[in-house]
Amino acid sequence: MKNQLCRMKNQLCRIKRQLWRTMVGMTSLLLTGVAAADELNLRVGVTDISRQVYDLHMTIFLICVAIGVLVFGVLFWSVFNHRKSKGVEAATFHESTKLELAWTIVPTLILIVMAVPATQVLVAMYDTGGEDMSIEVRGYQWKWQYKYLDDDYNNTLSFFSVMSTPRDEIYNQSVKGDNYLLQVDEHLRIPTNRKVRFLITAEDVIHAWWVPDFGIKRDAVPGMLNELWTVVEEPGIYRGQCTELCGKDHGFMPIVVEVLPEAEFDAWYASKVSSELVRQGSFGETLSHEELMAQGETVYSTYCASCHLANGEGVAPVFPAIAGSAVAMGPRDDHLNLVINGVAGTAMQAFGRQLDPAQLASVVHYQRHAFGNDAGDMSQPQDVINLSNGQ
Amino acid sequence: MSEVIHADHHDDHAHGPAKGLKRWLFTTNHKDIGTLYLWFSFAMFLVGGVLALVIRAELFQPGLQFVQPEFFNQMTTNHGLIMVFGAIMPAFVGLANWLIPMQVGAPDMALPRMNNLSFWILPFAFGMMISTLFMEGGGPNFGWTFYAPLSTTYAPPSVTYFIFAVHLMGASSIMGSINIIATILNMRAPGMTLMKMPMFVWTWLITAYLLIAVMPVLAGAVTMMLFDIHFDTSFFNAAGGGDPVMFQHIFWFFGHPEVYIMILPAFGIVSHIIPAFARKRLFGYTSMVYAVASIAFLSFIVWAHHMFTVGMPLAGQLFFMYSTMLIAVPTGVKVFNWIATMWRGSMTFETPMLFAIAFVVLFTMGGFSGLMLAITPVDYQYHDTYFVVAHFHYVLVPGALFSIIAAVYFWFPKWTGKMYDETLGKIHFWLSFVGVNVTFFPQHFSGLAGMPRRIPDYPLQFADFNMISSVGAFIFGLSQVFFLYVIIKSIRSGQPAADRSWEGAKGLEWTLPSPAPYHSFTHPPVVKDEEVLG
Ligand code: HEM
Ligand SMILES: [Cu+2]
Repeated sequence: MKNQLCRMKNQLCRIKRQLWRTMVGMTSLLLTGVAAADELNLRVGVTDISRQVYDLHMTIFLICVAIGVLVFGVLFWSVFNHRKSKGVEAATFHESTKLELAWTIVPTLILIVMAVPATQVLVAMYDTGGEDMSIEVRGYQWKWQYKYLDDDYNNTLSFFSVMSTPRDEIYNQSVKGDNYLLQVDEHLRIPTNRKVRFLITAEDVIHAWWVPDFGIKRDAVPGMLNELWTVVEEPGIYRGQCTELCGKDHGFMPIVVEVLPEAEFDAWYASKVSSELVRQGSFGETLSHEELMAQGETVYSTYCASCHLANGEGVAPVFPAIAGSAVAMGPRDDHLNLVINGVAGTAMQAFGRQLDPAQLASVVHYQRHAFGNDAGDMSQPQDVINLSNGQ
Repeated sequence: MSEVIHADHHDDHAHGPAKGLKRWLFTTNHKDIGTLYLWFSFAMFLVGGVLALVIRAELFQPGLQFVQPEFFNQMTTNHGLIMVFGAIMPAFVGLANWLIPMQVGAPDMALPRMNNLSFWILPFAFGMMISTLFMEGGGPNFGWTFYAPLSTTYAPPSVTYFIFAVHLMGASSIMGSINIIATILNMRAPGMTLMKMPMFVWTWLITAYLLIAVMPVLAGAVTMMLFDIHFDTSFFNAAGGGDPVMFQHIFWFFGHPEVYIMILPAFGIVSHIIPAFARKRLFGYTSMVYAVASIAFLSFIVWAHHMFTVGMPLAGQLFFMYSTMLIAVPTGVKVFNWIATMWRGSMTFETPMLFAIAFVVLFTMGGFSGLMLAITPVDYQYHDTYFVVAHFHYVLVPGALFSIIAAVYFWFPKWTGKMYDETLGKIHFWLSFVGVNVTFFPQHFSGLAGMPRRIPDYPLQFADFNMISSVGAFIFGLSQVFFLYVIIKSIRSGQPAADRSWEGAKGLEWTLPSPAPYHSFTHPPVVKDEEVLG
């Protein structure tokens, strides 16, 4: 019985929503004459919170529309009728305590009516705690790092998520794909129906993490841990973008969350963790020149090319060239140290905090042997580990 | 003071202006300085407009066509800074200079030399700021809100010039405000009590206090930035124990009153134009004054509504949500009063009136989106999207800017002694009206659909709206060049204007000849209620 009531209520809500959406859609279509109705309004989203937010948005919007119709109606009525050209003589009234009190008090009451549901939704959003799992989200110029906080595996699973839209598409040299600017090399994966807590922070400047379909957004501020949570019912891929200006590639650091059915998520997570453990165990192995170059190129294009460019030419004077650079041709350990520790006061980050030994060794090896550079030496993961231990 | 000194050197007390360049460099005359301010702000308006058109050209289609992201960020940043500090604010100071002495029945501003200085600082400040665009590493690229640490640790080297430029602008604003307050409080004609002051004078009095209160806060913010950048302090550097969020609190404690600094004088202007063309006294003068005062007060306690996503405790969020919603009440009172003024008036629709009515309608739409943004849980969805861009452009372009244009048309005959060409004025209005809506209305939709602001390129689903918006921007931009043409043509060959240039115009300035004499009221006028209250 109670269930049925609930379902009916939900259905009513859905119908109400649909009505609103068509109404707004139609007015807006009339106004602009383009695009499908879906593109004209906030999305309903896929979580309880996002639906509450949508309903609240519609409530406030419709109240504003109603007030607008009334106020502008009076204004335009006056504009059309109280014209000198119609021979109207101006009246002489210029105040009315009653009227003035009325249009102070009535709007205040309307605002109170708005504030009640607004407060309720906000309180619901602040219902943190009781989470099933936690993920640390860290903003970098210009990528996101996701770390699954998991004591069982000592937080082993952590990876970067970098936009994967090719430069050619951005520079109009090839056709733009479906998820232009909204695709990444590795999705953040979470399970359905579990309360996931996100701890949001940043490494360098302020970013903001937003998934519109979940109805959640929070700034990622260096030195601060912000908290967000969500429970998603429908599996799917949900996309968002960074929403705080964070420098040059602010427009190019999308957020992609893939929601998997619970069992599927658990299987993915277990296999991901175990392959990660294997990889971390293999840093002692010696890699060949070809292996280093191959891995190095991938790392370079993901982490370095946004500033130093794919061809290693850089952008003088801020982003120095790698091709023919004194560092890439100089002592190997100086090169490794520079990449590991970054250069203070510049955009060159301390990649030792972001990349593992194999990635660091291979990217340095790559830089020393690509773009016409020819250092003729080898950089191995073990060298990185030794250097780090030596410090 | 200056008059006494002049009188020593000249026999003729009512002397005219000096000749040539010197007149403008050394002038202490409120009209000359007002003219300088107005032309300067128009020049800045065109520069800022060109930057906006670079932005809109790049956003016409998805993909990068014309500029690189680094340069795009410099365009958005400098567009915002130039429009706020270089176009809107100096235009209002220019209007204050021209109008306040005439409206209160004074010969000039109270502090004429400081007046000269506060203007002549500005070309240097903006010269310096704009020159950074040509420096190595580029100009400011961190948004007009210059959030740390993007504007400190990660800023281009030219940021130091930017900081110095902001200091200069602040000094200019503070001097201008002191002058305005001194003039209003000391130089009113006998009989003009506070509650008989024209609305433009009232709104500027309150605005001047806001400026004096918050410009030092801005100066403090940029000084802390300067120390972080050059003297190794860590006010905003988390790694050194500082707090980037503190920057935002300080910035918006300045920034929110600042947005009202850009709208209160507009309220004043519209409160003159609507009664003049409705041929009916302003409705609810007293409540208008109280509404402006309460808006000014509230503007100090709502700043964190710009920071809802920054991570505040629930109680903080609720406080700033409620206080922000409250601003809608006095704002509503003003709108209702204007409509009540029109109600049963005998209206005609000359260009200033058209701009004023468009102001009431479109500013109110900006107020509606503002109210939606005030609702914290939904602001999470709107924040830093084009919905916010649409909101503040509705209040600033058909709001502040339209009021300035309306004022120029309205007082043009008094300033120049010539009438502008009514047909051309109306064409200018309709072009601007269409342009502004085509530009900014679709931005509500792209914002709701999820387009973040300040991005040089966007996902494909936003393409239609951006294209429309860009077309609108070019229409709007060109219609402002047309405005320049209308003004120059009217200065050169306008018909002579009557002293009371509009049938329904009330106020001391209309009792002066057109064009107004170089020293406005050399003898205090008699203040009659039916003149100053309409
Ligand atoms: C009823 C009156 C108003 C309310 C309730 C209101 C509310 C808001 C809110 C909540 C925001 C923050 C949105 C966000 O970033 O998520 C905002 C932004 C803004 N508002 Fe308003 N507003 C009102 C009127 C005005 C007026 C009169 C002006 C200026 C003339 C103005 C100028 C701005 C500007 C410039 C911003 C954006 C600043 C930025 O982030 O770059 N607003 N407003
Ligand atoms: Cu504000």
